[in-house]
Amino acid sequence: MTTMIDSIKSFMGWFFVTGDPMIYGADASIALASIGIVAVLTYFKKWKWLWQEWLTSVDHKKIGIMYIIAALLMLFRGGVDALMMRTQLTLPNLHFLDAEHYNQVFTTHGTIMIIFVAMPFIFGLMNIAVPLQIGARDVAFPFLNALSFWLFFVGAMLFNLSFVIGGSPDAGWSSYAPYADVEMNPGVGQNYYLLGVQISGIGSLATGINFLVTILKMRAPGMTLFKMPMFTWSILITSVIVVFAFPAFTVALALMTIDRLFGAHFFTIAAGGSPMLWANLFWFWGHPEVYIVLLPVFGIFSEVIATFAHKTLFGYAVMVWSMVAISLLSFITWLHHFFTMGNTAPVNAFFSISTMLIAIPTGVKIFNWLFTLNKGRIQFTTPMLWALAFIPNFTIGGVTGVMLAMAPADYQYHNSYFLVAHFHSTLIAGTVFGIFCGLHYWWPKMFGYMLDETKGKWSFWIFMISFNVCFMPMYFLGLMGMTRRMYTYPAGLGWTPINVVMTIGAFGMGVGFVLMAYNIIWSAMHGKKDATGDPWNGRTLEWSTASPAAEYNFAHIPEVSERDAFAVTKEKRKSGNTKPVKPYAPIHMPNNTGIPVIMASFMFVAGFGCVFEWYWMAIPGAIGVIACMIARSFVYNDHHYISVEEIKRTEAATGRLS
Amino acid sequence: MKKLKILIKPMLLLLAVPMLTMLTGCSDKIAVLNPQGPVARSQYHLIIWSLIMMSFVLAIVLIIFVYVLARYGRKKSAGYDPDDTGNRKLEIIWMIVPVVICVLLAVPTVKTLFSLSNPPKATAMQSKTAGKTLTIDVTSVQWKWLFRYPNQKIETVNYVVIPAGTPVKFRLHAYDAMNAFWVPELGGQQYTMTDMPMKLWLQADKPGNYDGRSSNYSGKGFAHMTFKVMARSATDFDSWVQSVKSNKPALTHEKYMELLKPNTVKPQEFSSYPELVSKDLNKAQMEALMNGDPVETDKMNGMDMDKENNGKGGHDHND
Repeated sequence: MTTMIDSIKSFMGWFFVTGDPMIYGADASIALASIGIVAVLTYFKKWKWLWQEWLTSVDHKKIGIMYIIAALLMLFRGGVDALMMRTQLTLPNLHFLDAEHYNQVFTTHGTIMIIFVAMPFIFGLMNIAVPLQIGARDVAFPFLNALSFWLFFVGAMLFNLSFVIGGSPDAGWSSYAPYADVEMNPGVGQNYYLLGVQISGIGSLATGINFLVTILKMRAPGMTLFKMPMFTWSILITSVIVVFAFPAFTVALALMTIDRLFGAHFFTIAAGGSPMLWANLFWFWGHPEVYIVLLPVFGIFSEVIATFAHKTLFGYAVMVWSMVAISLLSFITWLHHFFTMGNTAPVNAFFSISTMLIAIPTGVKIFNWLFTLNKGRIQFTTPMLWALAFIPNFTIGGVTGVMLAMAPADYQYHNSYFLVAHFHSTLIAGTVFGIFCGLHYWWPKMFGYMLDETKGKWSFWIFMISFNVCFMPMYFLGLMGMTRRMYTYPAGLGWTPINVVMTIGAFGMGVGFVLMAYNIIWSAMHGKKDATGDPWNGRTLEWSTASPAAEYNFAHIPEVSERDAFAVTKEKRKSGNTKPVKPYAPIHMPNNTGIPVIMASFMFVAGFGCVFEWYWMAIPGAIGVIACMIARSFVYNDHHYISVEEIKRTEAATGRLS
Repeated sequence: MKKLKILIKPMLLLLAVPMLTMLTGCSDKIAVLNPQGPVARSQYHLIIWSLIMMSFVLAIVLIIFVYVLARYGRKKSAGYDPDDTGNRKLEIIWMIVPVVICVLLAVPTVKTLFSLSNPPKATAMQSKTAGKTLTIDVTSVQWKWLFRYPNQKIETVNYVVIPAGTPVKFRLHAYDAMNAFWVPELGGQQYTMTDMPMKLWLQADKPGNYDGRSSNYSGKGFAHMTFKVMARSATDFDSWVQSVKSNKPALTHEKYMELLKPNTVKPQEFSSYPELVSKDLNKAQMEALMNGDPVETDKMNGMDMDKENNGKGGHDHND
């Protein structure tokens, strides 16, 4: 009996992460939050509502909202990781975190911010805006869309579980072999990385396919490719990148999983494995990934700048072609992530030049945005502030990118804080400013009320200034020789003052984010209602329907004759030129389905089993996934019609009955 | 317009401050901007050149940015023109100017790139060393640096002594995890890898101590994986070698196996090393050897690594 208790004890000690007050705190707060959520849902009898309205929904708008909620939660976790790192590095030789913890924290920070914040946030915004912008009633494959979301969600949950069960990965978000191989990195942490990212990556790939088809096949009549809104263009191009880049990552993750779980030698030191192959495969996805999270925000900024300058986008065709050029170039620059891995001079020369070339289309876009503002009537709303701040801040990230592209100079920047400063300049001033911009811009469309402008502006200024306080000094720190991923540093190198300033900046960004969260909560209770559906005087079709849009988006599918379709319609209306009213027709919509969430749950079980190499758990999980696929293929009754009466009722409720 | 001018000045100042700090005063703290050898200097020139070009680009963007916001951002600003949707001429200009800038940056980049694969020019005055080079084999082990002098037959740990003014060829290997060998004041980094030998030429102008560290994350002790590069005059270097040879213990097999374990150690030196050490085995090969399995080492001669014999023809400083 005692031996059994002992063995259970030792299993628990290994299974749960122990020995750190912070972890126990996390355990307690996770347990409390879960109990709290269950209690609230039960008390208010909301379980049925949750299942019917959200978990089984295939409505792109609801899926978008779920993406954004999940991404905001992950942003909070990634942000806390960042603050822990900054606290540890404020002064030399601190012991706030030890080396092992610090290594885990920077690994989860990077992975979460890229895979579980930037991508899902963008997927959320494109789910909300793209079908509305092209005048469609849903995406091409609504079932697949729900499945994509749930795969991302369980992938994120699996990855985050490592914090309390089994231990976090610590090989960096790029997880270079051979350090990430089982030889030097035993334990389950790295398995969590591989499986969590893999599962959510499958969802991302499906999203790419889904939006590619949606944009190509489901545009409103008259909307030719070159009449599409710029955000839709950016998503079209991004989807193509996703479809070409993600398979490389899927393969890389699978190979490393096979290495770790089944003792293969793709990336190991032993038996002819090639650690460098991992670097190549990783960055063949990793560099295009940068544009997967940047091109969509270029699209957002284009919409927002045009809207609040009250002008059409300057140089529309050039804007499109520069994005196409960026997407092509993004596939031939991956080697610049490892100029210092012993390539010959001609190879480095090629990749130096191909990288510099990206600056040309990007620069063209910057000037086009500036000239959209020129001769405009600029209105400084919160989304516009984020878009305007993007221009100078992102340009700094861009020009330092050109400096990094010069291979011999990169030998001095590589892996230093100069590099860290550069990619934060692009990913924060680009992606993060962009998703905040999009969040404020489309918020009324999502929920039917506005976020408070004053609080929004305060959070903008605090976040933006703090960002500069944190990351501008970082360039100098890199040139002083401080490298990334150091958990501490000695005194006397002259690094301390800069580190202190950076930590102050980082906490300032935290304050900005908290203020934004407060604004969301405050506005949910007191926010100004958006009765018109067009609070910003928008130019594109999403503003032509109600806020929030009805399940079917448009009672009549809009007809498009020009760019900025809604702006044109409004002009015509002003001159009294309105179209004759057509009668409503029943609308064909997809049915809700529980299969995606169930299937993703089985995927979670399979993934968790693989993490611990418990095949008794993984195999049933995988069978469950396949069973769900089979079940789905026998569902014949997968759609319903919304009756004319119901359409009339819904339209009347928003005062849109024609 | 007046308001505009008020805005532009602080913007330019904002730009000038980092530029000035970088180019003057406190640059001895900024290792990369304080080059102490020809390799670091050629990279420094490239960095400064790109900094000038990029500041120019940034300045233009900022000036236009501030101008349009000041001019069109006020409630009553005149000149609103919703039909201003494109300008072929302007668009061509801002496509061509970046192309020109790219060319201006690419040419010196490629030039420097090719020149760095060759040894820098020796500057040591002594005729004895002029035109000669020194080879040092570097092995990164979790979390320490081993330096082997194949011609002097000595070995040091976590510090390396080199003759000033003499081109030094560092041949880089990794025993286990990947690391990167970086001495910012002497020149940019290269990775150490288990399956591909690497080469890095460095040279110090004058005697002095330079900080080096691993710049690629390799696990728990990574932050402590530092080393000193001590440049000495040629005669001091020779007498240092002699003193190590005569005063320091030999690196025994047992001691070597001890060093290969993942931990951090203090700087140390050895008057000789066993034959096994010079094989540059990686962890997998070493384990195979210890188990008595066949070891494949021909992979270690891949890439453009020199296959020439270390001691051959005037190649080395001390022969």
